[in-house]
Amino acid sequence: MHAQPMNDALTLHTLDVEAIRNDFPILKQESDPRLIYLDSAATSQTPDCVVNAMDEYYRTYNANIHRGIYRISEEATARYEEARKKIARFINARRSSQIVFTRNTTESINLVAYSWGSANIREGDEILVTVMEHHSNLLPWQLLAQRTGAKLRFIEITEEGLLQLDDLDRLLTERTRIVAMTHVSNVLGTINPIQDITAAAHAVGAKVLIDAAQSVPHLPVDVQQMDCDFLAFSGHKMCGPTGIGVLYGKLDLLEEMPPFLVGGSTIRSVQREHSIYADPPAKFEAGTPSIAEAIGLGAAVDYLRKVGLEAIYAHEHELLEYAHQKLSDIEGLTIYGPKPRQKTGAISLNLDGIHPHDLAGVLDVSGVAIRAGHHCAQPLMQQYDVIATARASFYLYNTLEEIDRLYDGLLTAKKIFTRRRR
Amino acid sequence: MNIYEEDILDHYESPSNYGTLEDPDISYEEDNPLCGDKIRMELKVEDGIVADIRFSGHGCTISQAAASMLTEKIKGQPLDEVKKLSKDDILEMLGIPLGPVRLKCGLLALKVLKAGAYGLKGWPGEEDEESGE
Repeated sequence: MHAQPMNDALTLHTLDVEAIRNDFPILKQESDPRLIYLDSAATSQTPDCVVNAMDEYYRTYNANIHRGIYRISEEATARYEEARKKIARFINARRSSQIVFTRNTTESINLVAYSWGSANIREGDEILVTVMEHHSNLLPWQLLAQRTGAKLRFIEITEEGLLQLDDLDRLLTERTRIVAMTHVSNVLGTINPIQDITAAAHAVGAKVLIDAAQSVPHLPVDVQQMDCDFLAFSGHKMCGPTGIGVLYGKLDLLEEMPPFLVGGSTIRSVQREHSIYADPPAKFEAGTPSIAEAIGLGAAVDYLRKVGLEAIYAHEHELLEYAHQKLSDIEGLTIYGPKPRQKTGAISLNLDGIHPHDLAGVLDVSGVAIRAGHHCAQPLMQQYDVIATARASFYLYNTLEEIDRLYDGLLTAKKIFTRRRR
Repeated sequence: MNIYEEDILDHYESPSNYGTLEDPDISYEEDNPLCGDKIRMELKVEDGIVADIRFSGHGCTISQAAASMLTEKIKGQPLDEVKKLSKDDILEMLGIPLGPVRLKCGLLALKVLKAGAYGLKGWPGEEDEESGE
């Protein structure tokens, strides 16, 4: 069942992957074929410490937060707020009140597009996005533009999947109100130069929102250094649970913004006809939040800090270098996007006329889980003139041997489909 | 069980009834928004019988093979037979198990056919679930 031993020269040295894999129950499960999980860009696997933290909440101190004057409610509140502090430290936010808990990246971006957007965007204003955005960082701005009469403009990409920054001076004008862009492309893995773009945007008075769903899990992110105005990410792509996401915002902006979803927790006082809203983050956290999930995300952040984001990044980089080198000798294989040094651990590919669904289907037979489809990035697919791609994505628990299995699976697919070609 | 059975690959490689018809009585096209697979069905109907049928489009093995097999199945049959075809008939025709995502690939051809012939726009099989009281 296990593969031949790896070449010693290629053995990974940056992380103790064996020990890490031991932290993930799903990777220890006996199955035939063994699970080779290469879809962490869609959702990551969950370590025991995260499952246990949520389990402990439900088993020993399950209570609503910010309400009860009794022991377990106070404990739940303390652990929920402790998670917020951990996340603030993780991305180097100045204060924990800049961390708003949401359901996911999508909800975080929608929150800004509705709340900040409706207060600040007028007819004739411009919103700048890139063609490599995930739909969740495009559609909220499309709707905002349609509602207000603002104009959506796009930063294009080069053939190798990098942003065309030569156009930036032309695209950023005094009409630009916000630049909404991804830190790392969920399809290509491209790492965008956020700091430079933020500086250029601020120079014309525009705000900057960063979709960090694919970056916060994989590389060190420092919001103060980036100087972005908003940053959004999801728990479930960084070893945390589903149902919890984060919106980071600069405090003055969060304070000025009108509420988005309203209800319990969001208020200071309520009269019949009007209400006074609480300070952030409470203003934006309506209703009972995902308490266990927030605590779980706090545990995930502890875990990632312990392993170290620098080490995770270096590990993924080694996997990428190896995968690029290994896969490139498959005839008819196209890899979309930049060279390994300009990206994180995702490889989008197509193989010689074989539909990506069929590639994923053949790989699944040998236990290799990859994603096939448009990856919620149809404008990017149109740019490359493809309907879909197959995407393998890596994380801290993946090994070189797993890339060998991916390689073998791709060859099998090629055999199944080309044997029959006339 | 391998979903890439010889039979399915044969239909994918050399599909039956692939192409278009001149002056079809029924013509309809749809895509699967999840993966971009696209199928167009064109039919000639004479006295309630499917006299001729062609499909065209692009997509994965399953969606194209299912379309090919389906055209074979209903050519020469009363059009009303199409209305009776269910999700399970397609699964039986393909002869392989399909998970929920690949199921849509397998059902796209029937969905297009039912939408074109009867204006039934839902996914085959899902109408059962809605009324499952």
